Formats: sequence, structure tokens, C-alpha cells
Amino acid sequence: MGGKILLANIDVPGIRGYDVYRSNGGYTSVEKALREMTQAQVTAEVNKSGLRGRGGAGFPTGLKWSFLDRKSDKPRYLVCNADESEPGTFKDRYLMHHLPHRLIEGLIISSFALGVKTCYIYIRGEFKYLVGILEKAIKEAHLHGFLGERILGTDFSLNIYVHPGAGAYICGEETALLESLEGKRGNPRIKPPFPAFKGLYGCPTVVNNVETLAAVGPIISMGGEAYAMIGKGKSTGTKLISACGNIKNPGVYEIEMGLPVEDFIYSPEYCGGIANDKYLKAVIPGGSSVPILPADLILSTAKGEKRLMTYESLADGDFESGTMLGSGGFIVYDEDACIVRNTWNLTRFYRHESCGQCSPCREGTGWMEKVLYRIEHRQGKMSDIDLLVRVAKNIEGNTICPLGDAAAWPVASAIRHFRVEFEEHVLHPAAMLEKERHLKLKY
Amino acid sequence: MNHTNNLINHPLFLKEGKKVAFTSEVLNKVHSLMERYPADQQKSALLPVLHIAQEEFGGYLSVDVMDYVAALLGIQPIEVYEVATFYSMFYLEKTGTYVIEVCRTGPCAISGGEMIMEHLLEVLKIKPGETTPDGMFTLKEVECLGSCGTGPVMQVNTRYFEHLTPGKVDKILAEMREYANNDKPDDSTWVEKFC
Repeated sequence: MGGKILLANIDVPGIRGYDVYRSNGGYTSVEKALREMTQAQVTAEVNKSGLRGRGGAGFPTGLKWSFLDRKSDKPRYLVCNADESEPGTFKDRYLMHHLPHRLIEGLIISSFALGVKTCYIYIRGEFKYLVGILEKAIKEAHLHGFLGERILGTDFSLNIYVHPGAGAYICGEETALLESLEGKRGNPRIKPPFPAFKGLYGCPTVVNNVETLAAVGPIISMGGEAYAMIGKGKSTGTKLISACGNIKNPGVYEIEMGLPVEDFIYSPEYCGGIANDKYLKAVIPGGSSVPILPADLILSTAKGEKRLMTYESLADGDFESGTMLGSGGFIVYDEDACIVRNTWNLTRFYRHESCGQCSPCREGTGWMEKVLYRIEHRQGKMSDIDLLVRVAKNIEGNTICPLGDAAAWPVASAIRHFRVEFEEHVLHPAAMLEKERHLKLKY
Repeated sequence: MNHTNNLINHPLFLKEGKKVAFTSEVLNKVHSLMERYPADQQKSALLPVLHIAQEEFGGYLSVDVMDYVAALLGIQPIEVYEVATFYSMFYLEKTGTYVIEVCRTGPCAISGGEMIMEHLLEVLKIKPGETTPDGMFTLKEVECLGSCGTGPVMQVNTRYFEHLTPGKVDKILAEMREYANNDKPDDSTWVEKFC
């Protein structure tokens, strides 16, 4: 295993403060970028690193940056997406809490490469305590000449501001985030135009996830090629995985891409196995929106190869037998977990968080929740199962933003892999209820 | 018609007619927030300013408060209303001293979140969305708080309480009552005791 990159020095006492962070090699990448490199050279290193968006989509970061409209004479903006709200995901929160300066460092270098003078960190409103931590880090960086006018004596000036949201999952979608940052409801915009041309205030804008931007500092320090050597194939570098659910050691882990899923679940270094030594039933590996996989398919692909923690390996078999790395929100379910109840729960989440702009999503999430509720609460019909599949199919791909897909995939995949369990709920509702009551008593 | 009556009684349509204004100290804070955005884009400050307004004016946004914020930012009142009704962290009705928000989403639910909610319903004797008669607690169900590895979790005002058990919840409630009775509901030490 390669050492920690994003979470390097996280155990050093006081690393949250500037002095300790700086004495442990902090901000040297900013000095390197601003003093020794051009904008194009920084971008080239990010390109070479193969870094991909860590928010969920996995889009190559260098490519996203290359789309930025550099001919426009309008100001350019960099917006850091810290609206971490995907159920199962808490990695950005962990990173910002313990290493706020790593993010600031990445923001400075990225802004330099993109020619940005103002950068906003859009953070979800619930993380109010993090606003203070980030603002303190920004203040410290200002004091030491890494922010403000003419940074390190160069022509480059930058200000970073923290902007709190107010409780809306949809604002994690980049165009909804921009709307929200403009002081509006978080309704996603129709693309194109993409933010690279018309983003914040109609100006060229790049929106990147916290973890993505935090990786830019280490990439500049070690060089893009060295970063690309870590990981496997097109999944380069390390990834933060937030593990939760029925495991022994929930928490945030930095893994080198390519780690076998089985090792991640059972190694004492990571999840440590299933809580109470039960059997593994299913895993949602990339935040609640990605398809759920049963134990056999998460451990190995349909072809019988070991499943690895990479974008490609997790997606192997497409949605028939695969899933996605997504945001790295790794939710583990043990043998006692009720897939129907869990699916109903997640659908309720999407119904609540749908912005209401597109009918398929607004109505579809509501209907899926209602139907799942009645299956879970002893009123289901056999035809309901196919009804759910049909509704999910009619949402998918028919909405402005991916929230519709995100709501449809969990339902479609749960029925694909656990259809028997849905049928059991319809055929033997009393038995299912008894089983759940029994489980509840155990808490 | 019933429907119309409901609309008229909706808190959004009830003006209390109280004059609202930030203190000069808060106003300075608001102005420095507004400076973060381009001069022709002052509406951007709306969410941060609404957070401050909610904190300053009794924990919720009345129509008068929203109108005041609109005037401050130079935008139409409707632009504030439509935002205030969209985001779940803005409350349009008076809340208790403590707003208890329990996460109900997937990962929390499988680690005992439902049990915490049931316990709170039992102890506080109110339904989700209601406030206790003494005005102390408002109970709400919310979606994922990003605390999935440390669940079950509840957020009380701006603080997170994690790894909850019914016993821990009882202690937290008792502690909150004590702080409120001593007139310092937001004592910063109480979170460390439990997290």
C-alpha cells in the first residue's frame, strides 16, 4: 500500500492549525506552483495525474478544467462543492474537519491554474461548525501571505469565501449549487450551456468536489506522473472511502485504488468485518444512489474476477451485475437487513429531496415511496413489484439532473437482485413483520 | 373554501407587523458578508443572511423578517419567500428553544436511528414537527446529516450529537433543560460532554 496522501499527517496533534500544518510540509506545493510553474504546467500535471472527480461522477478533472472558457473577458470562478449530502458519504466532512489547510492549498493552486480571483466553498448548512474551522484556516492563510493580493510576490491574487447552504441535497448537483450560490432555489439548470461557459453569474466557472481539489496539492508536490503510478489503470491515486452500516469499524479510510473489495470489508485495517460476526448480505459501495449488490457480486464480478475498489471494476457488468464507485459512501448490510425497508427508506429520501422541477422525478419518487411503503407495511400486491420497475424506468434519463437516476437506480437494483425478498413481503406479510419485530428487540 | 382559509392562515401570509432590524453589530456582519459577492449580485448573500436573521429573530423567519432581509439586499420579498420555503433549514413557524432533528435516512436507520426517534416521541410526547407545550423542544425528522459512520445522530440547533443511545438522549435532554433554565441555552461546553 502506498502511504497516505490526502490524509497524510492527520494524526499529528494540532495539524488543523497553520503552524503545525506548515511545519509538516504544508503549502510547499503552493510555493512550487506559483514560483516555478506556469498555469499551463499546473494543468498539465493535473492532466497527467489522471485525477477524476471524487464527488461521484468520476469525470477527469484535467479535462473538466480544459473546457473552461478562457476567451471570455468575464471573471472566472472556482466553486468548491462541499455540499456533501449523499447518504453514506462523510469523507469531505472528515477531511475539512481535520485538514482544512489541505483543501485551502488545493484551492489556491487550482485557482492559479484556472486564472480565478474569487473562489467560493459552498458547504451544506448543517456543517455549520465546519464553517468556523474553514474560515479560521482562510484567515491564517491570509496572514501568512498565501491568500489576498499578490500572493508570494507574484501577480496572482485570490480570495476564498465560505458560503453555507441551508439543507437541500439537490444543491450537490453543480448547476443547482450555482443557483443556490446566487441566492435562489436549488433548481438544476438545463445543460448546455455548461458551467465552464455560463456558470456562476453567467461567467465561466469550474465546480469541483472537496476531495478532488484537496488532491491537487499532493499532485503538484509529487508530480502528475508519480500520482498516476498509484492506483490501477484509469483509477489513479487514492480515494477516501467512508464506510458505515453493519461493520466493526465505521469511519473514513484512504485507500489506494485497486484494493480488493473483500480486503476492504474484512481487513482489520479497514472495516474489520461484519459487526457481531454476521454474514454479509449486500453492499452499496458509492453512496445511496448507486446500485446495491448482493454479497457474491460485490466480492467478485459476474465473470468470477475479484472485485476491486476502482471505477472500472465496480462498474464491471454494467447495471446487470455491477454498480459504481460513486462518492465512496460504502454502506454494508448484514444478514438481518431488510432490503425492502431499506429501499423504502432511501426512496423517501429522494422524494423529500426532489426539487420538483421535472414531473418524472417529482411524481415518480412520490409514487415509488408510496408503493414501497405499502409493500413494507403488509399491503403490497404482487403487481406492485413490476409497477416499481416500470416507474423507475420512466424516471431514469428523463430529468434535467441526475437526481432522477439516483432515485431510480436503488429501486431497480434492489428488485433486480432481491426480488424474492419483495415477493416474500407480499406473500407472507405477517412473517416479515414478526421477523422485524424480533430484530428490533435486539437493539 | 377550506383550501383558501388554509392559505390565509399559512404563516407566510401572516404579518405580525413588528418592526424588525438588526443591531448595528449584526448589521456590520451582514454588510461584510455582502461584500463577498459582486456589487451587482447582492442576492447571493441571501442564504447566509437568512441564517443570521433566523438566529437573531427568535429561531424562525416571519414575513416581517423576510421583508426586512429583502430590503437589505435590494430584492423583492417574493425572492426571499421562495427561497425560505425551499430549504429545510429555514423555519417559517416559531420553534422551541432547541430544535431536535433526528436523521432518519438509510445508514442511520440500520444503526438504530428509528429507535432514537421512537424514544424521543415517547419522552417528549409530541409528534415530529411539533413543539413541546413549554416551548423548550421542537422535534423534527430530517434526511441524511452526513454522519453515517457515527450514527444514530441528531442535530440540536447547530450541534451534532452522535453515537446516540436512549440513555444518552435522556442525559442530553436533561442537560439542555438545565442550560435553558440558567438562561444560556447555547453553552459551548455541552457538546464536548457527549461527543
